[in-house]
Amino acid sequence: MSVAPSQAAATGARVKRVAIIGNPNTGKTTLFNALTGLSARVGNYPGVTVEKKTGALAPGIELIDLPGTYSLAAHSPDEMVAVNVLHGDQDGEPRPDAIVVIADAGNLQRNLYLLTQVMEIGLPIVVALNMVDAAKQAGVTVDAKLLSAALGLPVVPTVASKGVGMNELREAVRSALNDAAPTKPLWAWPPSIKKEIDALTSACGIDAFLAGRALIDEGGSAEAALAARKGENARKALHEARARLKAGGAPPAKLEIQMRYAWIGRTLAPCIDRQPAGPSLTDKLDRALTHRVLGSFIFVLLMTGVFVTIFVAARPLMDWIQAGFDWLGGELSAAFAGGSLEGGMLESLLVKGVIAGVSGVLVFLPQIAFLFLFIALLEDCGYMARAAFLMDRVLRFCGLSGHTFIPLMSSFACAVPGIMATRTISNQRDRFTTILIAPLMSCSARIPVYGLLCYAFVPHEPLYGLLPALVFAAMYFVGIAVAIPVALILKRTLLKGPTPPFVMELPPYKMPTPRVVWQRVWEASKAFTVRAGTAIFAISIVVWALLYFPRPHEIGVEYDAKRAAVRVEYPAEELRSEDQKKDLQDKLDELDKQETGAYLRASYMGRMGHFIEPAVRPLGWDWRIGIGALASFPAREVIVSTLRIIYDLGEESGGDEEGSRKELAERLQASTWPDGRKVYNLPVALSIMVFFALCAQCASTLVTIKKETGAWKWSAFTFFYMTGLAYVASFATYQIGMLLMG
Amino acid sequence: MRLSECAPGQGGRIAKVEGDDAIGQRLMEMGLIEGVDVKVVRIAPLGDPIEIEVQHYKLSLRKSEAQRVELAP
Repeated sequence: MSVAPSQAAATGARVKRVAIIGNPNTGKTTLFNALTGLSARVGNYPGVTVEKKTGALAPGIELIDLPGTYSLAAHSPDEMVAVNVLHGDQDGEPRPDAIVVIADAGNLQRNLYLLTQVMEIGLPIVVALNMVDAAKQAGVTVDAKLLSAALGLPVVPTVASKGVGMNELREAVRSALNDAAPTKPLWAWPPSIKKEIDALTSACGIDAFLAGRALIDEGGSAEAALAARKGENARKALHEARARLKAGGAPPAKLEIQMRYAWIGRTLAPCIDRQPAGPSLTDKLDRALTHRVLGSFIFVLLMTGVFVTIFVAARPLMDWIQAGFDWLGGELSAAFAGGSLEGGMLESLLVKGVIAGVSGVLVFLPQIAFLFLFIALLEDCGYMARAAFLMDRVLRFCGLSGHTFIPLMSSFACAVPGIMATRTISNQRDRFTTILIAPLMSCSARIPVYGLLCYAFVPHEPLYGLLPALVFAAMYFVGIAVAIPVALILKRTLLKGPTPPFVMELPPYKMPTPRVVWQRVWEASKAFTVRAGTAIFAISIVVWALLYFPRPHEIGVEYDAKRAAVRVEYPAEELRSEDQKKDLQDKLDELDKQETGAYLRASYMGRMGHFIEPAVRPLGWDWRIGIGALASFPAREVIVSTLRIIYDLGEESGGDEEGSRKELAERLQASTWPDGRKVYNLPVALSIMVFFALCAQCASTLVTIKKETGAWKWSAFTFFYMTGLAYVASFATYQIGMLLMG
Repeated sequence: MRLSECAPGQGGRIAKVEGDDAIGQRLMEMGLIEGVDVKVVRIAPLGDPIEIEVQHYKLSLRKSEAQRVELAP
């Protein structure tokens, strides 16, 4: 069943390419899945972050799924890719041999608009008239035979979600590939526009389709492509042509659209029967779901449910994954134990580098899977558009739109799935702004840091013991409060541009298709593990090395001597009492912890901690906190285990969570500067928390930003702006705090 | 009267859609063209955007965009 080009080349037959295009909400993904089955592959078009999906329609026929679009008047990268592929302008993509246009039978007027544009490309077309069952329920019956005759194209009624009409559609595509003549437009342009298109065609050396699109779509992608390819003179010619048409009372965009809708109205009237139907299920549902009070309440309830599930239900799975890797690490260490490599570099590399790196990636999987499960369900059933409808006004405060709500909310669980979820935002500038502010939402990895410091340093007495919880909540607020101005500034500077329209279809509700939902979850999980995973893994190894080397020989010698000195105090092994054995073991364990701490302090990272102390002094930090913050750059939750090592508590506590937090809290409270003053007080604790709330300490997030924006520069930008903000904000927190404390 | 001024349930026949920019073009492409009937279905809880019915389907748009749509008296 494979249609890999190499295989086809070997057998001598060229793989035929069929592109599928249609409006959003027409069941295009479902149709693509039904036609291609298990052969679907997902990739990216080079240079743009537009997903490329291909699969085998039949042996020797490749199906290409194009981004959903209402029109070929391209204004976004998604729409441009669709136009480029159809027109044969996309790098590495040969022009398709035929096109399947999918249209929603219940919404034909608007759906046929795109079809009339696609007909001008001049390739054989097959129309898939989808969701005929839902249309019938709504009282709309379309006569496919009459429509086919009126359009001059094969029209196949389908219900993709139930697999109805798939064989007929395959057959129609096959015969279109074999003998259908290229489609010709069924009308003529008004003479004034025709004249300008012809003039542009010959002046710029392009075909009539591209000339027409460039002329009509003011500021659109075709205009930009024309200027890029043919120079500024072509753009000038374009502007002059437009000015002439407008002066002559014929704005081309308006004429085009009116002409198409007029043709559609005439063509469709005899083919369609519309019976008056009572209020549909969608009408009834929307009365509740978008109701002023009830709708808002349901929305809050639903989002809380989603958030709590990502947050809470993913927890046991994450713990389970973590425990699995801990077990693996333990087994590995046990395998090394007693051998000549015990406690050596290889063991450390495998356990603390490789296993910690892999688990650091995989531990995010449950949250990603859960989030995408909800996104896919909400989107496929039609609620996502309602969520955007309800939230648009709120997000406009930050210069964004309702589409950005779900990605931002998800980022409170974890920025990685949140950033991946921005693919649902069609406007590129809104999408990038959302990506860049998503890491400011306090994710679950900040919880251990906030928890430890609130527990240890926030006074418990005032406000009936609620103060630690309030400070905890305030840290979430800090992130949001900073994100709003950052978004506003980004939208006015780096990502400046005209406000995109918020013109969004509210599709009828429907049952989600399990295949589509499952595929969404699977693809998101796979993309994260494979693409982001490798980079995160590499970074983990680098940080391991910085924490491990140079490992001065003297420290080992010193602690060997100390261990020997302790052993001497006890009788020979066979003569020791149980109490003495335990006593000795405790002392040796304590020495091991001190030795681990000594190695860390002498490591490159440890030296960097000392080196940067002057820089973190104004934040109220000593070098130990400095190391903790540095070591946490790949993943902020590392701070707790790093602090444990620095304070000679060993990496893991044997006891329960509460006990281990208390143990570390006591060490922190006892920690002093060389002159005997306490290191930690409330302003210092707040300064650390604010730093962790705002700093970009997450390699996974930075790698995901690169994957989603296609450029490292956005990762670098996020890293520097967040770290800079974090520094300034924690400086202010500490200094103001000290002033207030007198 | 403009579409942005309509209460839920109100509407009429489109007389004119303003603007030859990308937003005007998108509104017209979605079926908001002269001579077509349009009706406001509801207004979002925070007063904006609005939901309308046009060409037998439901569309949401902001009031600032609906303001471009002029209805016949």
